Amino acid sequence: MASVTYDHVTKKFGETTAINDLNIAIEDKEFLVLVGPSGCGKSTALRCLAGLEEITSGRILIGSRDVSNVAPKDRDIAMVFQSYALYPHMSVYDNMAFGLKLRKTPKSEIDRRVKQAAETLGIGHLLGRKPKQLSGGQRQRVAVGRAIVREPAVFLFDEPLSNLDAKLRVQTRAEISKLHQRLQTTFIYVTHDQVEAMTMASRIAVLKDGVLQQLDSPQNLYDLPTNVFVAGFIGSPAMNFFDARLNRGNGKLVVDAGTFSVTVPENKAGPYQPHAGQNVILGIRPEDIHDPNYSPPGIHQALVSARVEMTELMGNEVFLYLTTGDKNYTARVDPRSQARIGRDIQVAMNVDNMQLFDKGTELAIR
Amino acid sequence: MNTDRLRRRLGGLPIHILLLGLCALWLLPTLGLLVTSLRPFQVVTESGWWTALRPPPGAQVYATQCAECHGSNGAQLPEADLSDPALVGPYRRSIMLLGMLRDEIDGQPHMGGKPLPTPQEAADVVDYLRGLSGIETHSAFTFDNYIDALTGYRGTTNYRTDCAAGTQSVDLSCTLADLGNPRGMGRAFLNSLMVAVPSTILPILFAAFAAYAFAWMSFRGRIVLFALLVGLQVVPLQMTLIPISRLYADLGLTGTFLAVWLFHTGFGMPYAIYLLRNFLGGLPRELFESAYLDGASHWTAFYRLAIPLAVPAIASLAIFQFLWIWNDLLVALVFLGGQNPVLTYQISNMVTSLGSGWHLLTAAAFISMLLPMIIFLSLQRYFVRGLLAGSVKG
Repeated sequence: MASVTYDHVTKKFGETTAINDLNIAIEDKEFLVLVGPSGCGKSTALRCLAGLEEITSGRILIGSRDVSNVAPKDRDIAMVFQSYALYPHMSVYDNMAFGLKLRKTPKSEIDRRVKQAAETLGIGHLLGRKPKQLSGGQRQRVAVGRAIVREPAVFLFDEPLSNLDAKLRVQTRAEISKLHQRLQTTFIYVTHDQVEAMTMASRIAVLKDGVLQQLDSPQNLYDLPTNVFVAGFIGSPAMNFFDARLNRGNGKLVVDAGTFSVTVPENKAGPYQPHAGQNVILGIRPEDIHDPNYSPPGIHQALVSARVEMTELMGNEVFLYLTTGDKNYTARVDPRSQARIGRDIQVAMNVDNMQLFDKGTELAIR
Repeated sequence: MNTDRLRRRLGGLPIHILLLGLCALWLLPTLGLLVTSLRPFQVVTESGWWTALRPPPGAQVYATQCAECHGSNGAQLPEADLSDPALVGPYRRSIMLLGMLRDEIDGQPHMGGKPLPTPQEAADVVDYLRGLSGIETHSAFTFDNYIDALTGYRGTTNYRTDCAAGTQSVDLSCTLADLGNPRGMGRAFLNSLMVAVPSTILPILFAAFAAYAFAWMSFRGRIVLFALLVGLQVVPLQMTLIPISRLYADLGLTGTFLAVWLFHTGFGMPYAIYLLRNFLGGLPRELFESAYLDGASHWTAFYRLAIPLAVPAIASLAIFQFLWIWNDLLVALVFLGGQNPVLTYQISNMVTSLGSGWHLLTAAAFISMLLPMIIFLSLQRYFVRGLLAGSVKG
């Protein structure tokens, strides 16, 4: 049970900077997900915490203890690797007991903990098997079990679901969330899958090029992204961006995207006022672009004409790949929509949920 | 479907024939060596091993020329009983037999109307009669060659005959202690084991430590040091013979087992380190990281993780190293010489000093082949896996 603090942590590999001045305060019992595209430094951040990489500068604290120069085994953490890293020559039981044996835990205590963890994870009948006799999902459970029996202060997960098939991934996702509920311990979880991040995390840290972009709850990350990168990274399909100009006309603010323009609703105009007359980036999520016939009631909408380039029927919704002028974007509309490839249609943009970003800094205007 | 199966069978035929050919290519000479080593020394130089099961040539001659009067068992004429050793004994050479055959018996030619045998035929008959009369036992197969080789017998007949007659050389006691005779293959076998076993274990043990360090410990100069070690593989062993013999002479190590152990360890390690490092380096990094997080020190990770996982590589390395040392003559000759002769040294001695001792050579060769064959056949799977070690993962 412990909090974890990254205090101005920088990690360099030779000339390249993997992590740049990372500051995160993770509270006790929190489920923090580190997310970002590959090469963003999320795994490195985790490995630094585990002690598998030495940090170049800064401090890492577990609880109030500075562990920057503490050996991995003395940090009171357990890690689940993407490849599971089970010891191939040992049985499942020995895999789980290995850490406890090295720590000279009494035999009866080892036996109790291993059996209990195996029971919880539903792998009690597999204890005598070797890892190669297990399926991917079972191996994953053993890897989690090996972490649980250690009863560490912090659990680290490095993309533990990447090697599972889609169905198993959804199932295991829920199980890890349940595990977190039950163990009441700090979980730090690295993934590149934003769905995993959104569904499991109590807070998400988005990294890009070794720099922390935003650290917030999943809902806030989705509703109020701090910059263009976070806005584009969270949500699938990704948010649409339009280069635009914020104009003042008739006492109202109008976002002019060249081929179309939308009027800013009164309640959102406040923060935008100082930016009138400047170039901005307009961000609209695909789910905020509707077929006008089926748009939800009570929203401020702007009608835009577009040509349908492609449609993808998902059953519960239809993805439309649209063009207005020379700009391509995506909409996620009601399946009853009559939009067909090659037709010119009208779409309704929900301006209540639009985001404006400064063109230069790419930061959200709030 | 049936034609499919037939076609598949026939398609595999050339490969099977080729394999059979290769097997024959290896098996036939080996079989020849084995059969020869089990034949009495008298016949080894006279006929090929494939005739081992044929009746001796003298039997044919005897049957046509002599059996009519003397009978097939030689005892038909009481006044000339050929099964009596006292009668046959004096006739040692073909010329003596021919002379006797030329003499008339009661005014009649000995052979009646039959032509005299040729000298070769006569020699064959003498040989056959010595067997028939029980002066010499002429079984087709015997272990005498092995006994002679193991005891280091160097006489003109064989160990058993000499010991029975009490005419053995001074270095033989005709007891089991003869197996320890310094000139024998028995002693040489033990010496070879004394050389090969530590010379296999030591370099692999040290190489395993080094390979782990090179693979999973980070220290300054790791890559340079590894490159240097790998580069050492090109140093020819012969280049170091003189400096090292001088060093050993100064240290008083010449002729001791320790000298060869050290030499083989030194020359075995570069390749062993190279192979084991590549094998250990090919294991997933997470495995070791996981162990470190589980509380393992480098030492624990080495013997609980690296060694068990490297068993295939270590086994194949051990096989190669063992076979090479077992078959090595040069190093054993230079550093052990005649003080503690090994198998290869004894075999080479047999060829040079006993040009006619081929029957001993075959037995000696088989004694020295025994262990490599057992090792190879029982550890085949590691052998093949070892050939691929480093190049293919897992």
